[in-house]
Amino acid sequence: MIIPQLSVFLENKSGRLTEVLEVLGSENIRITALSIADTSEFGILRLIVPDAEKAKKLLKVQHFTVNISEVISVSAPNEAKYYAKVLKILSDLDISVEYTYAFSHGSKSIIILRCSNNEQAIGALKDHEMELLNASELYKI
Amino acid sequence: MEIWNRHFECMDRSELRKLQSERLIETVERVYFNVPYYRHKMQEAGLGPESIHTIDDLGRLPYTTKQDLRDNYPFGLFAVPMSEIVRIHASSGTTGKSTVVGYTRNDISTWSEVMARTLTSAGANRNDFIQIAYGYGLFTGGLGLHYGGEKIGASVIPISGGNTMRQIQIMHDFGSTMLACTPSYALYLAEAIQESGISREELKLRAGVFGAEPWTENMRREIESKLKIKAIDIYGLSEVIGPGVASECIFQEGLHINEDHFYPEIIDPETLLVLPEGSVGELVFTTLTKEGLPLIRYRTRDLTRLTREKCRCGRTMVRMEKCLGRSDDMLIIRGVNLFPSQVESVLLEMSEIKPHYLLIVDRINNLDTLELKVEVDEAFFLDKISQLETLRKKIQDNLESSLGLGIKVTLVEPKMIERSEGKSKRVIDKRKY
Repeated sequence: MIIPQLSVFLENKSGRLTEVLEVLGSENIRITALSIADTSEFGILRLIVPDAEKAKKLLKVQHFTVNISEVISVSAPNEAKYYAKVLKILSDLDISVEYTYAFSHGSKSIIILRCSNNEQAIGALKDHEMELLNASELYKI
Repeated sequence: MEIWNRHFECMDRSELRKLQSERLIETVERVYFNVPYYRHKMQEAGLGPESIHTIDDLGRLPYTTKQDLRDNYPFGLFAVPMSEIVRIHASSGTTGKSTVVGYTRNDISTWSEVMARTLTSAGANRNDFIQIAYGYGLFTGGLGLHYGGEKIGASVIPISGGNTMRQIQIMHDFGSTMLACTPSYALYLAEAIQESGISREELKLRAGVFGAEPWTENMRREIESKLKIKAIDIYGLSEVIGPGVASECIFQEGLHINEDHFYPEIIDPETLLVLPEGSVGELVFTTLTKEGLPLIRYRTRDLTRLTREKCRCGRTMVRMEKCLGRSDDMLIIRGVNLFPSQVESVLLEMSEIKPHYLLIVDRINNLDTLELKVEVDEAFFLDKISQLETLRKKIQDNLESSLGLGIKVTLVEPKMIERSEGKSKRVIDKRKY
């Protein structure tokens, strides 16, 4: 249920994101999800790709600072109340969400979460019969 | 034109040489018998106090460097018991091992004397109100000017550095006639005055003594035209005594060195040979009267040249040109000395980063700014913004607490900082002197 996510450190300079995507594009790497967290000076690009290790190597060769972090993914109807429910389950158990992002797929919302304790979060979401996605299911989207 | 101490400042040069020789002999005896470091160094060179007969023998003595002061931190080179020391200052901006200087009562009196000469040569007298906007504290600037100002009987305003609006208010209300600070602060103040709405006619300022950092003739013209004052260059370093080592007179044709107290030589920083008069090289000082911390052939790392031609003002003391640069990589930021290696050692103490860095020095609105770019280390890069922000803040805090300088820290991607064979480029100084 744990999904590897690629994190890339980027300076806030125009053209840097393009370069990352061109490096990945040169090897026809598919991107399932992408999100950016930024400050005025730097940002962190977060990517879910089917072969995270390969993508990491490609970027490392080009001197990017890359790491693989772990996230979990939930599929829920794409209405705000379901997103709220997911977060409430976690907060009720004092599991903090470090960050989250989501995208729509048909009538579903695919939610990506990074929690203070991913294992515990998985258990809690399962207990509430939420639909968790594993990596291969996510890549098929 | 006033000269504070005509007897010494206008002394016949052959008489001066005699005085310098006598004083050198005394100094060498003092350090030989009281400072083990100097005794060992002289013995290694096969020298004793009897080897020195005149000032011409000075060249036989070994050099002293800032590193020697650090190696003997804090009081190892003092030549008197601590009970004789009445004041301690320390140089700014170092990682624990700053250079510490000690003064006896006589040294303080010498310092006041040379500062009285400095202020008098800048045209000051007992009727002046001297606003001292140099920092007070371990830095020698504030107190050096302070004692000189009192010695000539001027009304001293010890406002210290910073707080620009208050500086302007006091300057206006008290009727300051002279200003003492770093040249970059003088320019900053000039612009702040223009913006404050106080008209120049309401101020009584007529001259300023500026030093503690390198500045150009262009900067002088800018200060003079913006503040409508005469801007006098003064020179000193804490190791030798502080401000008061040398100062321009109102003709502004080089800085008169108080060579009855501080004997200058110009050497080639590579070969260490003494260069003939008029050549540009590194300035070296031997103190001739100091008791607390006498220095033999101390390498200042400042580059300049000397002339012994008599000045129009009547002083016979040797003159040095405005400093032309440094023979090492020391930076002077807002009057604080900074070696890139000090930044490096702060970074090396932090396990989260590798010391790949670039220092960018600039001058924005006449104030020096310092930015440090540090590469993010992959081993430490997890994917949290908060963690990176915390790291950035930690680097900034560590630098500030050990260097005493606010430095803007920016995290950059790896390999963005140029690597080169051997000595890599660690500093970009965009300031225009």
